[in-house]
Amino acid sequence: MLGTTILLAVRSILRHKLRSFLTTLGIIIGVAAVVTMVTLGKATTSAVQSQIAALGTNILQIRPGQGFGRGGGGPRPPDFEEADVEAIREQVAGVTAVAPQAQSAATAIYNGANWSTTINGTTNDYFRVQPWPLTSGRIFQPAEEQAGKAVCIIGNTVRQNLFRGGEAVGHRFRIGNVSCDVVGTLSTRGQAGFGGDQDDVVIMPIKTVQRRFTGSRDIRLMLVGVDAAYESSTVQASVTDLLRERRNISGGKDDDFNIFDTAQISATLTGTTTLLTGIVTAVAAISLVVGGIGIMNIMLVSVTERTREIGIRLAIGAVAREVLMQFLVEAIALSCLGGIVGLVIAQLAVLVLAPVMQVPYLFEPQINLIAFAIAALIGVVFGYFPARRAAALNPIDALRHE
Amino acid sequence: MASDGAAPIIRLRNVTKVYGEGATQFQALKGIDLDIAAGDFVAVMGPSGSGKSTTMNILGCLDVPSGGTFEFRGHHVETLGRDERALLRRRYLGFVFQGFNLLARTSALENVELPLLYRGDAKAERREAAMAALAKVGLDQWWDHTPAELSGGQQQRVAIARAIVTQPDVLLADEPTGNLDSERSVEIMKLLSDLNAQSGITVLMVTHEPDMAAFARTVIHFKDGLVERVDHNHRQGETVD
Repeated sequence: MLGTTILLAVRSILRHKLRSFLTTLGIIIGVAAVVTMVTLGKATTSAVQSQIAALGTNILQIRPGQGFGRGGGGPRPPDFEEADVEAIREQVAGVTAVAPQAQSAATAIYNGANWSTTINGTTNDYFRVQPWPLTSGRIFQPAEEQAGKAVCIIGNTVRQNLFRGGEAVGHRFRIGNVSCDVVGTLSTRGQAGFGGDQDDVVIMPIKTVQRRFTGSRDIRLMLVGVDAAYESSTVQASVTDLLRERRNISGGKDDDFNIFDTAQISATLTGTTTLLTGIVTAVAAISLVVGGIGIMNIMLVSVTERTREIGIRLAIGAVAREVLMQFLVEAIALSCLGGIVGLVIAQLAVLVLAPVMQVPYLFEPQINLIAFAIAALIGVVFGYFPARRAAALNPIDALRHE
Repeated sequence: MASDGAAPIIRLRNVTKVYGEGATQFQALKGIDLDIAAGDFVAVMGPSGSGKSTTMNILGCLDVPSGGTFEFRGHHVETLGRDERALLRRRYLGFVFQGFNLLARTSALENVELPLLYRGDAKAERREAAMAALAKVGLDQWWDHTPAELSGGQQQRVAIARAIVTQPDVLLADEPTGNLDSERSVEIMKLLSDLNAQSGITVLMVTHEPDMAAFARTVIHFKDGLVERVDHNHRQGETVD
């Protein structure tokens, strides 16, 4: 009985290929859209999150000036001093470490290879503020930091370009007019979220950089690590108060420095991508529903169009239930077929779009299952009503139908 | 009215049929009494609206009378539900229509197999029975053609093969020659006569044409919802009037 019904349904689908294709088209587009959107949305979220993780979470970046794009007019606010670093470390609660930074740029030369790179002068606190494991070697020794020795830890991009990817620890290369010993190499961190290669860096003790490159004792940037047990906004407020006091900023005046809170940025960006994913998914879900309505329309039209056929089937002895089952099986088969084709198209779309959008390729079994289940459900629901209508027809009226 | 005295396979008693309700009510049958013997070849004639189609629908178990009784093979059809009547149609009745009513895009063989599919026969049996039925109507060479590839006369023969493939007791034909030219019509009538003579299948046929009715042994004339007259042709091929 069921075998017969399936046979009849399959024959009917194959005999009307165009009609079957048009019926499934809505489901194909709906399922493909939902799965593609959700998968790419999740991939984008995870890409954003990993970029934020690369910045380091719970870090306050403190720079002189009033923030991005507000440099014009008036005298340049002074840089920070070593005493500021000490003050924050000693006086603000919830601070795990404070790493000062002095930056410069120079060309590095080794064995005929040369490479223009960024020099980042800092202290070992730099590695306490943010986790950045070494692949070999060590961090600075206290003596090296205090004396401002010409030692360095290099990023992977520098290692690739200067040492052709070979072992660098123990070798000496020239940077600017300084001969520098490599004591450690860093693991790969990748692109920063906001441009720039984080691995294209040579890290030296801050005193070395101040003496041999920048020629001043100024500190252009402080990285403050925030204890996970503290609210970063509370720590930020304390740091702001302390720095205003130390820089003699009176009551009504604006800060002449800015604090960039990665935890806050992270929350904002994650929230934004989640919201966008939600909106896009909702749009895709609407297209799935529209696809379902498409199936119902075609099934209804097809019942009208096939009224005579139903009459014939009823006249030669089909029981109403058999006609109902045939139409239902047809609808379910078409929606499942559409669902499967939609899933395949979605995987291909993600495969093609993920590299274009610079997000990782993901396979999300859950959304695939859900989309397929919805497609099948649409088949049952939207197939049932036209099928019931077909089965309820009076054979005489159905036969007389032109 | 069984001319040869055999037990009637169909017995209608005081059958009425009313369509609609209230002011628009229309009485299509006003009390029909009819006996049809097994193996008879009956032509049903009458003007439009005389009740002949309504009677055929009731005899075909497609519709139920509003009043009276309809016995078919001992079943009181007026008491049966939709599905039970569908099963009666499946087992004992075959239908041939004026408009052929074959499934489009479906080969002759598959069209003929369809009633067997609903009956649940196995594939090999189905194929054998369908080919045998097509052979009876002389179309076994055309089994893989779809209706669009067949002439009107051939389509009607496929429809007859479909009607007889289940070896029914009664074949109901509603103006089977209405869409055919006279030459094809005579071919179809000869085929129905042969089936009636050889298989003993009872044939009930609605027709407007006296030439076609002449093939029948019994001619029932309808008028205004009643049986007006029943004629018996003792020699087939003789015109009634």
